[in-house]
Amino acid sequence: MIRIERRLTEARWLLVAVPVGSLIGAAVLSSIILLITGHDPIATWGRLLDGGFFASGAMSATLVSATPLLLTGLAAAAAFRMQIWNIGAEGQLYLGAIGASGIGIALKDQPALVIIPAMVVAGLITGAAWAAIPGVLRAYTRTNEIITSLMLNYVAGLLMSYLIFDSHSYWRDLSTFTARVFPQGKYLSVAASWPSFAIGGIVIPLGLVLGALAAAVLWLIYTGTRFGFEARVIGDSRAAAHYAGIRTRRKVVAVMALSGAFAGLGGASEIGDFRHVLDPRGLQQASYGYAGIVVAALARLNPFAVIVVSILLGGLSNAGFSLQGATFPAGLVGTLQGLILFCALAGELLVRYRIRLGGRARTGPQATEPNRVGVA
Amino acid sequence: MINDNILIVIAAYAISYGTPLLFAALGELLAERSGVLNLGVEGMMLIGAVSGFWGVQTIGGPSWLSLLAAIVVAALAAAATALIHAFLTISLRASQIVSGLALTIFAGATGLSSYIGHVANLGGKPARHEFDAINVLGLGNAPVIGPILLHQNALTYVSWVLVVLTLFYLYRTRPGLHLRAVGESPGTADAMGVNVTLYRYVHVLIGGALAGIGGAFFSLAITPGWLDGMTSGAGWIAIALVIFAFWRPELALVGAYLFGAFSSLAFTLQARQVHLPPEVFASLPYLMTIVVLVLVSTGWARRRLGAPASLGVPYVREER
Repeated sequence: MIRIERRLTEARWLLVAVPVGSLIGAAVLSSIILLITGHDPIATWGRLLDGGFFASGAMSATLVSATPLLLTGLAAAAAFRMQIWNIGAEGQLYLGAIGASGIGIALKDQPALVIIPAMVVAGLITGAAWAAIPGVLRAYTRTNEIITSLMLNYVAGLLMSYLIFDSHSYWRDLSTFTARVFPQGKYLSVAASWPSFAIGGIVIPLGLVLGALAAAVLWLIYTGTRFGFEARVIGDSRAAAHYAGIRTRRKVVAVMALSGAFAGLGGASEIGDFRHVLDPRGLQQASYGYAGIVVAALARLNPFAVIVVSILLGGLSNAGFSLQGATFPAGLVGTLQGLILFCALAGELLVRYRIRLGGRARTGPQATEPNRVGVA
Repeated sequence: MINDNILIVIAAYAISYGTPLLFAALGELLAERSGVLNLGVEGMMLIGAVSGFWGVQTIGGPSWLSLLAAIVVAALAAAATALIHAFLTISLRASQIVSGLALTIFAGATGLSSYIGHVANLGGKPARHEFDAINVLGLGNAPVIGPILLHQNALTYVSWVLVVLTLFYLYRTRPGLHLRAVGESPGTADAMGVNVTLYRYVHVLIGGALAGIGGAFFSLAITPGWLDGMTSGAGWIAIALVIFAFWRPELALVGAYLFGAFSSLAFTLQARQVHLPPEVFASLPYLMTIVVLVLVSTGWARRRLGAPASLGVPYVREER
């Protein structure tokens, strides 16, 4: 007889074991898929690890991919902690990229010290504003934020395409004949390229540093401020928050805006650190926004764990881009991300319940709901 | 010719674009009626699209047999995908929201559906067979109703039968009554001797199968062929449709054709030289989904009447 019982307290060792086990479980499951489709799993995994982490320059490229993942991961963590399901990080990242590249083009003759902070602020504001739309709808008309935030992803993608491919917008390069025939965005000035810091052969982009700062800020907000406390109460029990007189509606909008600001910063960093031009196709192919959900869930919504997990999954994304071809079919990265998330969800069961084989049910006081930090 | 009237053209396209939405929404409706929210519809539809297209390319025989087999393959593949969600949420009590999102990431445009399409090398090839419009009773050219109702493909007619069957099942049969009980109050249903776990598994799987058929409609009827992420958000619109329909099959039909009309509007107006950027038309279905959801949600009391009371809540007998 297998018995599943609720744990009174979360087992601490499992908080590390579950993410590690999830990665191993996903590796095993994906190997089965690879075998069925006639690929050698060991060779594929070897290429994946090599392309993501060990090849020369791979780690630096991985950190570039990890930056937007870190920020969209924080975006998901900030919202999910309050049980607000912002699935719109993808679109908020696009808007951040639109805002940051717009201000970067406008300030093209200014020094780096002016342009770069302006790009950061623009990314934060445009991302927050886009996220505030589903936030306001959720707070004031009780409209399901999962669907509205997701629908806005498609709209944001189309907006980007419009700006570059189907209009003579401010973002589009119309200076030469070729650029008019083959649409592309205006490149930003050299001063608008974000600086990076080389430590022991590994290049750390400015966006990653800002992301780490953002993680610290998110942690401070949730552990050290009244705002964060109230948001946590709302997340744990909406009824309790209501009776305590917490203004739920404003908090919903504020948390959505905070979440969108992180994702928008991710978009700004894509422009400043990496692309230096508004590139609708490249940004849409990367699908960093959806991957951020995986990052946040695997990190169990802990901002500092998000940093570590985003580097791991950044390696996966980076290897996916660089290896794509006949021996490494497209779609493998998303499949792996999904499998990791499935395993993490199954592992949540172990964190919250204990599984006993045989024996009688434990008698004594009935276990009550322990403090839930995870997503499951 | 009266049948070239723009309203008639839009209405005819609305039904054909609405059909995959109707299949997926009916499936999601059944799953949600059992108390399980499945946000993986988009992923399951994409699995249906790719496996259905694979089926029609590889299974020989006459056209009708090949297409029928393809639909079965699509339904089974998507049901197998739904099984993951069923296992995680029903047996392991995982969060239905996160598990459904995981399903869409796993199976979606950058996941398994894309992997299968690339491994089987399906991209950029014409379909060997496709669902053609059937001229019912030779009345396809009859004024007004001809092109709208009597010149659709077989799956559209199947979907109408399905709406009637679902209505009958939900409100006129004992298993349908049990299903509603499981969604409203699983504890009570359990006490009555209804197997809550079984009901939930079965309806999540049916939901997957119907989403798969909806997905195959894209690759075998709307744009025969296979493209990465070809459903482009239809699965999410189907989830919104269930809310819009207050969890009622007959309203899902109305909603599906309404959203079909938004999709076809883009298409028809562009063909008629209405000069607006293509993105404006393309974003119409998404924006209208938001608008319609807001309108439905503001009638808060009405929404409460529709939603199954235990939607999203895992059922654990020991903790009831």
